[in-house]
Amino acid sequence: MALLSVENVAKRFGGLSALEAVSLSVNAGEVYGLIGPNGAGKTTLFNCMTGLYTVSDGAIRLDGVPIQNRKPHVIVGRGFARTFQNIRQFANMTALENVMVGRHVRTRTGVLGAVLRDRRSRAEEQVIRDRSRELMEFVGLKNRGRTLAGHLAYGDQRRLEIARALATDPKLLALDEPVAGMNPNERREMGELFLKLRASGITLLLIEHDVKLVMGVCDRVAVLDYGKKIAEGVPDEVRRDPAVIEAYLGGAPS
Amino acid sequence: MRNGPEWLRRHPGFAYGLLAALLAVLPFIVGAGLGKGWVRVLDFALLYTMLALGLNIVVGYAGLLDLGYIAFYALGAYLFAWLSSPQFGLHLPFWLVLPLGAMLAGSFGALLGAPTLRLRGDYLAIVTLGFGEIIRIFMNNLDQPVNITNGPQGINLIDPISIGGFSLGTPHTLLGVHVFPPTLYYYLFLAFTLFTIFVAMRLQDSRIGRAWAAIREDEIAAAAMGINTRNVKLLAFAMGATFGGLAGGLFAAFQGFISPESFNLMESVMILCMIVLGGMGNIPGVILGAVLLTVLPEALRYLGDWQRAALGHVVVDPNDLRMLVFGLAMVAMMLFRPAGFLPSRQRRREFRAEDGVAEQEQASLYDAQA
Repeated sequence: MALLSVENVAKRFGGLSALEAVSLSVNAGEVYGLIGPNGAGKTTLFNCMTGLYTVSDGAIRLDGVPIQNRKPHVIVGRGFARTFQNIRQFANMTALENVMVGRHVRTRTGVLGAVLRDRRSRAEEQVIRDRSRELMEFVGLKNRGRTLAGHLAYGDQRRLEIARALATDPKLLALDEPVAGMNPNERREMGELFLKLRASGITLLLIEHDVKLVMGVCDRVAVLDYGKKIAEGVPDEVRRDPAVIEAYLGGAPS
Repeated sequence: MRNGPEWLRRHPGFAYGLLAALLAVLPFIVGAGLGKGWVRVLDFALLYTMLALGLNIVVGYAGLLDLGYIAFYALGAYLFAWLSSPQFGLHLPFWLVLPLGAMLAGSFGALLGAPTLRLRGDYLAIVTLGFGEIIRIFMNNLDQPVNITNGPQGINLIDPISIGGFSLGTPHTLLGVHVFPPTLYYYLFLAFTLFTIFVAMRLQDSRIGRAWAAIREDEIAAAAMGINTRNVKLLAFAMGATFGGLAGGLFAAFQGFISPESFNLMESVMILCMIVLGGMGNIPGVILGAVLLTVLPEALRYLGDWQRAALGHVVVDPNDLRMLVFGLAMVAMMLFRPAGFLPSRQRRREFRAEDGVAEQEQASLYDAQA
């Protein structure tokens, strides 16, 4: 069974149809790429999947359980985390605090525990801190914990967003254009991080413009254009698909 | 002299001891030096500190602009009045009434929060402003058909707080020293203020505090990181309101009389000013703001005396001048210290980190060229 299955999802904003009957399925353990020209509906689909938008029609299942139209925190709780295309950090918190926020959904200390600081709350706080440090190191931000998130270099902010999403213990991690605006060197390093993530057992769903990166790291790719899926398959097939070439280049030479 | 503060910083135990001793004898010094009226001002400074710390949870921690905060103060005060005054002939003990008032205010905090969850910034401010006024107008008009609040006349003869037969409402002679009620209440309020500070500090540095900060920074990202924004926001409203209710109960017992007039919009605005002036989100800043804004308007009452001393007669009515000077002080403050007297950790760090950032930017520039 697919880890994530999207079945005939449609999203309409008033009269505008942003997504039309999109279906795709992501298998556990793979890196799945979602590509398409600007305005194709990739981010809209992401927002539908992660609960930021309600869907107009169709179903989204994670591990067979419907998650469409559920609140974002419920979806995160089920093991589906995401990052944002335009970085959304808690800019005035430190990098480490950002990651610690990600642990919220897996921890329980309430007001009473916070005020009394009993043994259980202190232990939990320590675990949050340790795990967050570990994740900072994992994404390559060791020793940056005390820096204000908003003051990190651009590439590091992207890494921090990934660490924060990882802190929620996701089975499936959706990354919205994680290498946008990066130089080739940084892109290569990010590609390595994706493979490291897959090796650690996390399924990745990737929106990307960088075709080279997508072809390099993705196991399967789906192509969206004008809110419809026009192709799906292994990267090599998709690259040769006439519909895809037309979408990207605007009509095959006749 | 210049080494004094530095020495204290290195010996925090001594510094806290000194502060405790100062707080312990403060009402006597103030009473002897400035007159008994000023001990009452001290009491109000403590009440407002509690209120400001409570509102700071909502505004400073969670970033939810609340202009109706005084309503919770009113609820706590009225509940105290209902349960221990001749109004309904009930005279329940304070240790029961105070928590009940705090709980009532806390539940109303959540109740108010519920319809405002989707609102932010200006819109939220307007709705909370409306709520504050609704409570005040209710209190003003609920003398008919059944007399609950006694309308604009307010409720009088509220029981003073009495701890095991020791009433704080009457003068006592302790160890040969004559102690009058405002001094007695000072110690009670001080205890509650310290409790409030303790809770506020612990909450800030916790899983809950981080969730509040995350919502303040970016609500959508907070939700996408698994924070139940609805519950966490309601919790902020409820926690803030609880402290408001607690302070309200203390206020009612201390004054012995409450009326809707004490809970107008200006009070909400003042408490918000205390937070902004002191340093939003920062506990020492908020305390400083509360104390300053309680003491300053009182001190400016002396403007008449000063005019008489300097010019021989009073030129401008001190009451008019008082608010003018106060307003000017606020404007000057916001121009010269926009982040407040004692900015929060985050804001301070922002200023200090500038150098580090410049280096980083330089470094990434080199990367790009390489």
